[in-house]
Amino acid sequence: MRVGVVTFPGSLDDVDAQRAVRIGGHEAVALWHGDHDLKGVDAVVLPGGFSYGDYLRCGAISRFSPVMAEVVEAAGRGMPVLGICNGFQILCESHLLPGALIRNDHRKFVCRDQRLRIENTRTPWTSAYDEGAEVTIVLKNGEGGFVADAETLDRIEGEGQVVARYLEVNPNGSLRDIAGITNERGNVVGLMPHPEHAVESLTGAGTDGLGFFTSLGRLVEQAFS
Amino acid sequence: MPRSSTRTRLNRLGTVPKVVVDVMPKPEILDPQGKAVHGALPRLGFSGVTDVRQGKRFELELAGEVTDEVLDQVRQMAETLLSNPVIENFEVRVEHSEGAA
Repeated sequence: MRVGVVTFPGSLDDVDAQRAVRIGGHEAVALWHGDHDLKGVDAVVLPGGFSYGDYLRCGAISRFSPVMAEVVEAAGRGMPVLGICNGFQILCESHLLPGALIRNDHRKFVCRDQRLRIENTRTPWTSAYDEGAEVTIVLKNGEGGFVADAETLDRIEGEGQVVARYLEVNPNGSLRDIAGITNERGNVVGLMPHPEHAVESLTGAGTDGLGFFTSLGRLVEQAFS
Repeated sequence: MPRSSTRTRLNRLGTVPKVVVDVMPKPEILDPQGKAVHGALPRLGFSGVTDVRQGKRFELELAGEVTDEVLDQVRQMAETLLSNPVIENFEVRVEHSEGAA
């Protein structure tokens, strides 16, 4: 598959995301925030970083970049979209995902190898995992506290939209230990930890993140129009 | 003499119309920044503050009269960009400051 990785001004992890896409067996296509088309890609990754310097709110300015209009439209047609960290924040600001990410409750930037449980394996980004799989993926954020009102939290839990949950330690005050969620349709996934940093044994805590990129391969035979 | 660009911004009252948008985290949303400020105050010897909430203030200078339509537009700006309605509330009000003499 051809997987687009968007670079915003201030993106940090776009090159790592491209690399993870390739290691996952796909072609990485660089997309620019000012692009008015998605270059015919089959899926899109919004990488981590500090797009637009986190001005106003994390992801608030990126949401209105030209490429995001295309991403929102393609997501509406069912294209798989993965937002990692800042990408997750952009997806929430774009209202492609419910809730919002706020400053960590302990007010410190956190960087740690984080234990997670993968709870939804029906998305195009998580189908390579066994349901309930416990993995270790690096987490690094200053504003990773997932919040939503109680009714929304009940709904996304009830509908199985929680993709990943923090285990052992809640690193940022996320309500109900939520680390990642998906939309109702299941094609858009936002995740605060960084699977693109956990795809090679040479660096980091292991290769537990690779599944997010190999899962897409299972889509090849499926239609998503 | 005011510059012409300034003069055109003055309204009938001779003031520069300014619309202020205050954005605050919703009461039920944790405000770590406010908590940090609240924690710092007693360390600096200020006592008696029982809570601090930190928000944002936007000052919009407008080209013409502040009509109801203009205020509606500002509310749309506040809903769309200046605030995130999931976690924040906002208030819009008009302020008149003295124009340049």
